[in-house]
Amino acid sequence: MTQGRAPLVLAWQRFRRHRLALVSAGLLIVLAGLSLAAPLVAGALGVFPDTVDLFHRFEGPSAAHPLGTDELGRDVLARVLYGGRVSLLVGLTAACAAALIGTTIGLLAGYLGGRFDAALMRLTDGVIALPLLPLLIVLAAVDPAKLGLPDGMVESEALSLYRIILIVAAVGWTTVARLVRGAALSLRERDYVLAAEAQGAGAFRVMGVHILPNLVSPILVATTLSVGNVILLESVLSFLGLGIQPPVASWGGMLTNAQELIWSAPALALYPGLGIFVTVIAFNFLGDGLQDAMDPRALEGRE
Amino acid sequence: MSRFLLSRLGQSLFVLLAMSFAVYGLMGLMPGDPIDLMISADPKMTSADAERLRTLYGLDKPVTERYLNWLSAALGGDLGYSRLYAKPVLEVLGPALSKTLGLISTALALSLAIALPVGMLAALRPYGRLDYAVNFLAFAGISVPSFWLALILIILFSVTLGWLPPGGSGGGLHMVLPVMSLTLASVGGHTRYVRAAMIEVLRQDYIRTARAKGAGPFRVVVKHALRNALLPVVTIVALDLGMLFSGALITETIFAIPGMGKLIFDAIMGNDFNLALVVLMLATGVTLAGNFLADVAYAWLDPRITLVKRGRR
Repeated sequence: MTQGRAPLVLAWQRFRRHRLALVSAGLLIVLAGLSLAAPLVAGALGVFPDTVDLFHRFEGPSAAHPLGTDELGRDVLARVLYGGRVSLLVGLTAACAAALIGTTIGLLAGYLGGRFDAALMRLTDGVIALPLLPLLIVLAAVDPAKLGLPDGMVESEALSLYRIILIVAAVGWTTVARLVRGAALSLRERDYVLAAEAQGAGAFRVMGVHILPNLVSPILVATTLSVGNVILLESVLSFLGLGIQPPVASWGGMLTNAQELIWSAPALALYPGLGIFVTVIAFNFLGDGLQDAMDPRALEGRE
Repeated sequence: MSRFLLSRLGQSLFVLLAMSFAVYGLMGLMPGDPIDLMISADPKMTSADAERLRTLYGLDKPVTERYLNWLSAALGGDLGYSRLYAKPVLEVLGPALSKTLGLISTALALSLAIALPVGMLAALRPYGRLDYAVNFLAFAGISVPSFWLALILIILFSVTLGWLPPGGSGGGLHMVLPVMSLTLASVGGHTRYVRAAMIEVLRQDYIRTARAKGAGPFRVVVKHALRNALLPVVTIVALDLGMLFSGALITETIFAIPGMGKLIFDAIMGNDFNLALVVLMLATGVTLAGNFLADVAYAWLDPRITLVKRGRR
């Protein structure tokens, strides 16, 4: 009785069968809720991420501090909650920005073709060939003052947040670009596209109205899978001291402190890492489930 | 085919050149200025001295001219002097490179030694119980932040159990934890590649033919399927060389191993312009070489590719 059902219903039915993806989706909703409501949750528990209490350093779990306190007596639970906020924000924004850049480049290359395509794809190959982490370190270490940005921006605390989103998006668009280009190449030869062109539809109308809607599901899958990667990159950059700058709580930054205190307070390394791990694996399972659900033949169809 | 490879080689060299210019420009945007550093080291320096030094080192010239000067010197074998290590860059590179290559190749070999049999076994019964478990572990492997895994390994084996040293520059036991952490960081991905390639191959007609002719399961998998499944795996592993380099950067930084990865990080953070530039170029070169090798391997292992290219010519 699968006949006559809407594609979305069918996709949902396939998605439901991927139990890990279903669990991951639930988990991510909870994580997103906790992150959005971090100030409320922390307030309700009476814990704050930035309150320093030097008389209660390195405490174990207690009623007042459910996950204990760190080297400055700050509450670990509150910092993990606020760190999740940063990671999810960076992961989702940078992945979406990368998808946007990749979709634009892929569409233009695939649909317009010719020299334009050749030039854009050489650019893509070039970016793929770059050593990702060293390049990100260089980009993250660039002094914003030397770029001629206004002082107000250079000194703002949110700068490290914007910067990390920007640089991850700037190097992360290639997967989507290749995917979209390949699909656009084959779609532009279809009869319905030729018909639209014959009726006088311009290039941008064909790309936006006739080609793009057919690419929504592969783009969605690729973007979901890349959120996990972005979170890993953000955390490693923050860990190396180049991402989110302290005192703002981030999972990677918390692990930097934990590494210095590995002999005296090894427990501090546990929760931020678990936070990254659980979030990333949930995004990966979700992407896997979406892939199965939206395009059961996706694996075979790719070149 | 040789024409195809030649054009790929040319492309790689072009990317390398473009990258060197981009990095040269980016390094100029780093915090700190070589002349400022000299001034802070010598308080007696006057602003006229600073100006003279600037002219002496050519820092008053536009960035393109400085780049071309650097490039011609570099091509002539003069890579400059490392400020951080107070040695010529070439002398710093040698030992670091061998350290990293040792780390990477050991981890790669171990990772493949695990991934090949495990991925194959999982592919024999796709979506079976074993496959499910392997898939879960592989997903865990690609999702775990490698620097956290390294910390956990140190906490477990050095802090709690006291069995192994937490890295450092010695050989032998000192390398166990770094190699383990780099292996764990790549084995998940490798297992997934092997599994996917194997499933794809086992679906082919010639496998059915072999089975129909009475070949046992072992013979089918090892003689008929494995060689063909290795093709995409070899390619992806070659493409992943750059990723392994990134992994080595994290591992070496955490375990304090004086290899290329730590060199990159220290050079960038320590404003060692000459060293950072060369090390970054080398990392790009390794990645490009990996991509190039992947193309060569593909063309060499799969005769169809040669035919297609010949036909077009």
